[in-house]
Amino acid sequence: MNRYVVVMASAMLLLLLGTTGFKSSNSLPRQTITADTSKWPSTFSFGKVATEQQIDSVAIAILPNGTGLPPGLGTPKEGNVIYITKCASCHGANGKAAAGEKLPAPELASDSISKIKTIGNYWPYATTIFDYVRRAMPYNAPGSLTNNEVYSITAYLLSANNIIKPDMVINAHNLYKINMPARKLFIPDDRRGGPEVR
Amino acid sequence: MDEPIEKPGEEPVKNKISRRFLLGGAATTAIVLLQSSLTKWVQTAGAQTLIKNGDPTKITGAGPSTVGKRSLFEKPVRLTSDTSSRTPLQDLYGTITPSDLHYERHHAGVPVIDPDKYELLIHGMVGKPMVFKLSDLKRFPSVTRTCFLECSGNFRTSKETMTPQEICGLTSQSEWTGVMLSTLFREVGVEPKATWFLAEGSDAALLTRSIPVKKGWDDAMIVYAQNGEAIRPEQGYPARLLLPGWEGNTNVKWIRRVELSDQPFMTREETSKYTYPVKDKIRQFSFEMDARSIITYPAYPNQLERGWVEIRGIAWSGRGKIIKVEVSTDAGKSWNATNLQEPVLDKAHTYFRHLWQWRGDETEILSRAIDETNYIQPTLRQLIEARGISASGYHMNPITAWQIKRDGKVLFKPESFK
Ligand code: HEC
Repeated sequence: MNRYVVVMASAMLLLLLGTTGFKSSNSLPRQTITADTSKWPSTFSFGKVATEQQIDSVAIAILPNGTGLPPGLGTPKEGNVIYITKCASCHGANGKAAAGEKLPAPELASDSISKIKTIGNYWPYATTIFDYVRRAMPYNAPGSLTNNEVYSITAYLLSANNIIKPDMVINAHNLYKINMPARKLFIPDDRRGGPEVR
Repeated sequence: MDEPIEKPGEEPVKNKISRRFLLGGAATTAIVLLQSSLTKWVQTAGAQTLIKNGDPTKITGAGPSTVGKRSLFEKPVRLTSDTSSRTPLQDLYGTITPSDLHYERHHAGVPVIDPDKYELLIHGMVGKPMVFKLSDLKRFPSVTRTCFLECSGNFRTSKETMTPQEICGLTSQSEWTGVMLSTLFREVGVEPKATWFLAEGSDAALLTRSIPVKKGWDDAMIVYAQNGEAIRPEQGYPARLLLPGWEGNTNVKWIRRVELSDQPFMTREETSKYTYPVKDKIRQFSFEMDARSIITYPAYPNQLERGWVEIRGIAWSGRGKIIKVEVSTDAGKSWNATNLQEPVLDKAHTYFRHLWQWRGDETEILSRAIDETNYIQPTLRQLIEARGISASGYHMNPITAWQIKRDGKVLFKPESFK
C-alpha cells in the first residue's frame, strides 16, 4: 500500500516534470497576480462608504455628453479679458506665439492649415477645454477660476479658433453640442500585436 | 600627509562588545559613548584618506549607518529636463531600476502628500461608493509583481553622441506591491454596465485618464510599495495606479479617485496629448507598449577593445513575454539568437546577452525583440511606412543601431525621422 503511494507519487512527479520540461519559454509560469478568492469573504469591510458630500467635493470630471457641466455661463468677450490677465503671459497674446517668440506653454489657437496641434485643429471635444482648464489652469494657480470664468475662457478659446461666433453665450446646455473639426479624425487604436507593424 | 589620521592595526573594539556586557547596567553608558566616539573616529579617517592611501587593508572602514549610500566611486544619475528625467540604462546591471533612478514624467511637478490624510475614492457606477485610507488599502490581500513602465514618448534621435539614456531612458522597472484593483472593484460592487473608469491624480494637474474596466479586472493594481519600500514621491507616493504593459501616462500617480462610467471621459491627456497621427487619422487610446529592445553595452560613449565582447541589453513588451531577442553584428545582414536571463517575466524588462568577437572591423550592432504575439520590433522605416510621414514621437519603438568605428569608438546611428 505504502509502496503504491510512492510509485504513484513519483509517477505524478515525472508527469509534472515532463510537462514543465516541454514548455517553451512562451508558456513559462506567469507571475502569479491573481489570488484564489474562493475563500474570501463577500466583503472585507475595510474603508468607509463615501458620503454624497465627499463625492461632490472632488467629482469634477465632465463627460463629452455634457454630464457634469455646472450651472453658469460665459462669453468670448469676457473670456478675452480674463485670458489677457491670467493666460496670455504663457500662451501668447491670442493663444499664438508672435513671430520668433518662444512660449513656455503650448499655443492654443490656430487656423486649420497650421501644423501645430491646437484646440481648433486637434481637439475632438469642446467639453475637454472646460474640464482641463478648470482642473489644471492657470498653471501657476490651478483650481482658482470660478465656473463662470471657465465658461468664458472656453468660449474665448473656441472663438479664437473660429469654432463659434464671437457673440455666442456658452453654458451647460450648448457646450457639448459644439462640433469640433478634428472629431472625425480620431480612431481607436488598431494595433493588435502579432507580426504586422501598425 | 599621506599618513592615515589614526594608527591602524588595532583590533576593532566594537566587535568585541558582547551583548551581556552591553546589558551590564552602569557599564552601558560608557560603552555607548565609546561606540559613538568610535564612529566619529572612523568617519574622520573616512573616504578621502582611504583614496589617498590606496590600501583599504591598512585603515579601519566606516561603521554601520542608518541609511546606506552608493560607493563614492559610482555616480549614476538621471538626466533631467523641465518635465522629465531619464534612467541611466547604460549604468545598470540586471533589470531592476534602483528607485532613485526611476524615470520621471509629470505634468505639474511632484506633490507632497501626507499619508495619514491620503484617501482613495471609488464611485460612479458601483453598488457602494467607498473611501479607502492608505491603511485600509494595506489591509487588503496584497500582491507583488515586477514590471516595466515606459513613457509612450520614449524616443529620441538626433546626433551620433547619444547614450542609451538619451535615446530611450524613459523606461524603468520595479518590483511593485499593492492591492489588485479587482479586489477593490469587488468590494465596491462595480456594475456590469460600467465599461470605463476614470483615474485621477492628486497633483496640481489633477491628471486624468480613462481606462477600460476590463484592464481593471485583468491585472491593474493600486500600488503603495516599490522595490521593497514605500513608493517614491516621484513615482506616486503614497499610492498610484499600475497598469502593467500600458503607456506610462495611464499609470496615474498620486491616485485619489476612480470613477466608473459607461464611456470614456475624453480628458486632455487622451485627446490633445498621447494621441498621434497615423496617415490621415489620429490614433487614440493606444495603451499597450509594443516590444522593444536596446543594446546598453557596448554603446556610446564606450570604447571597444579587440577581442571578446559580451553584448548586453534589455528587451520588453507590453503585450506579454519576450520570447526572443536577436542581435546583428553585421549591420542587419544576419541575426543571432541571444541568451535571455531567466526568469523571463510577463511585461517586464528582460536581460539579453550575446558573446561576440570584435576583430577591429568597422560595423554596426543592432538588437530586435520578439514577443509572445510574434511581433518583431520594427525598423524606423517600417514604422514610418505603416503610419505615414507625419508619424509623431509617440509609441515609436524602432531598432537602435550602434556604429563601431575602426578605432573602437561606439556611436549611435541616428536615422532621419520625417
Ligand atoms: C505659468 C504659465 C501658464 C499660465 C499662466 C497658463 N498656462 Fe496653460 N499651460 C501651461 C503649460 C506649461 C501647459 C502644458 C502642461 C502640460 O504639458 O501638461 C499648459 C497647457 C494648457 C492647455 C492645454 C494645451 C494643449 O495643447 O494640450 C490649455 C487649454 C491651457 N493651458 C489653458 C490655459 C488657460 C485658459 C490659462 C489661463 C486661465 C492658462 N492656460 C494659463 C502654462 C500656463
